[in-house]
Amino acid sequence: MLYIVDRRKNPTGKSLGNRQRFMRRAKAQIKKAVEESIRTRGITDINNGDQVIIPGKTLKEPGFHHARRGGNRDYVLPGNKKFVQGDRVARPNEDGGGAGGSKASPDGDGEDEFQFTLTRDEFLDIFFEDLELPDLLKKSLKQTTAFRNARAGFSVQGTPANLSLVRTMRNSLARRIGLRRPKTDEIRDLEDQITALQEKADKRPSGKLTKPDDEKLHALLADLENAKRRMKSIPFIDPIDTRYNQFQQIPDPNTQAVMFCLMDVSGSMSEQMKELGKRFFMLLHLFLHRRYEHVDVVFIRHTSRASEVDEETFFYSRETGGTIVSTALEEMKKVLKDRYPTDQWNIYAAQASDGDNYSNDGAKCTALLAEDLLPKCQYYAYIEITDEREAEIFAAAEGETALWKSYAPLAAVNPRFSLKRVTKAADIFPVFRELFAKNRAEAKT
Amino acid sequence: MSTSSHSNTTTAPETSEPASKLLFNGADWDFDTLKNTYDAIEDIALNELKLDVYANQVEVITSEQMLDAYSSIGMPLMYHHWSFGKRFVRDDVMYRKGYQGLAYEIVINSNPCISYVMEENTIVMQALVMAHAAFGHNHFFKNNYLFKQWTDADGILDYLQFAKRYIAKCEDRYGFDAVERVLDAAHALMEQGVNRYSHPEKPNLAVELERERERAKYEDETYNDLWRTLPQTDTDDQDIDEIQRKMRIEERRAQFGLPEENLLYFLEKNAPAMQLWEREILRIVRNIGQYFYPQKQTKVMNEGCACYVHYSIMNSLYDKGLVSEGAMMEFIDSHSRVVFQAEFDDQRYSGFNPYALGFAMMQDIHRMCVDPTDEDRKWFPDIAGNNEPVETLKDAWANYRDESFILQFLSPKVMRDMRMFMIDDQSASPHLEVAAIHDDNGYRRVRRSLARMHDVSVREPDMQIVDVDIRGNRQLYVQHTEHEGIRLEKAEAEMTLGYIGQLWGYGVTLQAIDYKTGEILHETNYTPDDLSAA
Repeated sequence: MLYIVDRRKNPTGKSLGNRQRFMRRAKAQIKKAVEESIRTRGITDINNGDQVIIPGKTLKEPGFHHARRGGNRDYVLPGNKKFVQGDRVARPNEDGGGAGGSKASPDGDGEDEFQFTLTRDEFLDIFFEDLELPDLLKKSLKQTTAFRNARAGFSVQGTPANLSLVRTMRNSLARRIGLRRPKTDEIRDLEDQITALQEKADKRPSGKLTKPDDEKLHALLADLENAKRRMKSIPFIDPIDTRYNQFQQIPDPNTQAVMFCLMDVSGSMSEQMKELGKRFFMLLHLFLHRRYEHVDVVFIRHTSRASEVDEETFFYSRETGGTIVSTALEEMKKVLKDRYPTDQWNIYAAQASDGDNYSNDGAKCTALLAEDLLPKCQYYAYIEITDEREAEIFAAAEGETALWKSYAPLAAVNPRFSLKRVTKAADIFPVFRELFAKNRAEAKT
Repeated sequence: MSTSSHSNTTTAPETSEPASKLLFNGADWDFDTLKNTYDAIEDIALNELKLDVYANQVEVITSEQMLDAYSSIGMPLMYHHWSFGKRFVRDDVMYRKGYQGLAYEIVINSNPCISYVMEENTIVMQALVMAHAAFGHNHFFKNNYLFKQWTDADGILDYLQFAKRYIAKCEDRYGFDAVERVLDAAHALMEQGVNRYSHPEKPNLAVELERERERAKYEDETYNDLWRTLPQTDTDDQDIDEIQRKMRIEERRAQFGLPEENLLYFLEKNAPAMQLWEREILRIVRNIGQYFYPQKQTKVMNEGCACYVHYSIMNSLYDKGLVSEGAMMEFIDSHSRVVFQAEFDDQRYSGFNPYALGFAMMQDIHRMCVDPTDEDRKWFPDIAGNNEPVETLKDAWANYRDESFILQFLSPKVMRDMRMFMIDDQSASPHLEVAAIHDDNGYRRVRRSLARMHDVSVREPDMQIVDVDIRGNRQLYVQHTEHEGIRLEKAEAEMTLGYIGQLWGYGVTLQAIDYKTGEILHETNYTPDDLSAA
């Protein structure tokens, strides 16, 4: 007897429930491992799943087992080459590896560290756990929700522009049939018959119809008058016939966001500093991507002039010149006005700079931000990247850069605007978390 | 691998028109080829080897499904637990990185006997797998005395279905965490959840369901009245003499059926604070552990039997001209990888390979039956030269387990071929001593030592529940009988003790006693406060 069953079409992923339980169990460790891997790894491949290594301790499945060592025991091994009875062999290394390796390889030791791959979704879920758009911003998010009209059946009231002809005419026809409103054809038919009889009378010498014809004419005239009266009293379209298309305002949540990356690319920004900026931008992009269906990215770089560029140019080409930050803000304002109306887009901006600015530019920047940009943005983050060595040297000194000085007062009053300092790659993620941590709003007050 | 072919049951291959008789050509297969190949294999298995098997069900699955089945200890249905998920993610990584291939098949001791084969296998591999699993393992499952006694091939799938539903229901009702706590504890005690000596009643779905209902119904009656009474002080104990005191202890032990080697059983029946559903979960884990207990004791024989069967069948197919030389080459390549035994100083060494040892011994028994040497006649007068290799093997497959099989059938030739030697490890000595090697002086000692290595009751620690302090603080006493100073893995034992405490609900003491003197060597105590803090 044989049954062959093709199970290949069966649903796979029977272990999914087990995997979820496993993830739940190891959650704390996995989270730690993910944060660790963010620190050490290139940010560009964050969007993929990741391999993580977690300590196997909490995943231990204990049981009563004999200790590997100690006591008196004997065992058999295969592959004797030179031993004879009575030979003495040095005890292999306690760590297991050791010379001779005459001990069975320890099965359970593989559990000290546990390595496995997270899927992209699992990775990102853990990565962005506890991060949220700040409460305040969510509120404004709701307000900017756009509406769209959607058909919602028919109503008896409405503006003439929304009149549903088909429905109205259908009702009218039914009513006209029901009330036996005469058709125009019937009236014309009566009139024709009357005319014919009258012509008949004119042709006769007496000028009068015969008696039966005369009676017929009178009957016809009465019918015609009756029909005309009915037609007049039963209107072709009555107000009760009219139907209007009805529309409802459906809130259409904004599912698109635009992210502005502003960066100083003048000579004072080293490649390293730009790399740090990039990491922050990538994180923000990833984060927004999980919130919005569609995310546009606009790259604006500036020296003493600003221009919108593509990603490649933004990160890798160099320009020389002074540093005037307000040019970048002007550019952003322009792009916003041209392409990204606030009612359709959620606007986020991140600016990375080493803090240099032309000395008279500060006031202008602050004004631009306060009056034009911040009211439109959901969030504006300013990341000041300082050289690690410099940070140490100047830590004690006045420390604040030109740009920081001009931005700081604004950030104090405007919750949508925040400033952070970053000196090394390991700072990026904590800073990012700090900016978007769930309880940020509470922390501030 | 052994190069000797034992195609004595078939005539010489016909060379005239082999191509026309080939079952398959090339690597690809479809369901018709699969069926034809199976029929040819079945013909050999039933008519030449005269195997006795359950009906076969061959299921074709993908590699992903194979990984799924792997992680749930090879069963087609299993309840959910994180440890299976852990196994899955580990195997997944190993497989994707190429560190580890997947098994070619999984076979389930059920009736009908289910063999999973992977779609990626070539037709040669499918033939090998069907011969190996659908006939080799299948015959072993149906005929070995341990499987007959301890497992119920007819009911296992139904039972697993019941277990899966039951545990899912518990998760719904009591939450993941509560169920996970019980399962974790039960899994830790799975090896101690087995009746080693008295074989249990076979689980049967209808009976199980009925019993579960009755358990709920008769809650009051199953609830031991003793637990309701408040703990009393032993004031009156002072007045009675030593003999009476001992008699009381004996009485108490008898009342609880102590000592009890099945820790899970004892806890299921007697733990005072456990909910009914928790007891049921313990029972499920216990039954599954019991189901796998025979497999643990017969790895070498089971795999040896399956390897012997597939090797015989494939050779027979070739001798009949049903498979090509190319296919045979592929088969031999896979086969020799399966029965490869790394030597002790090889990096790949991880103990004896049950396939290698089993296959070598089966082949050797076959050789002794048909072509014995003087040595064989001296060592195995019963079977040497009896010319009934398959009957002899079938008798061995039916009536032995690894330990007794090795003790009975391991021949000097196999010991020499595998160059076995025995190490004596005395903890007092700074050196290991080579106690015996594959020579006349050593054969018997090597064989005894190897047999002991395959004895589950020696390999696993001897744990028993010996006493309960019902008049005092309800302390539970668990005893480990220490042989030759071999202690328990300390950290693990402490964690496991914690699990016992969690199920028991009161303090637990783990005592190690010497197997000769019975004296208590050392003690570990757990109080509920420790447990809740941990």
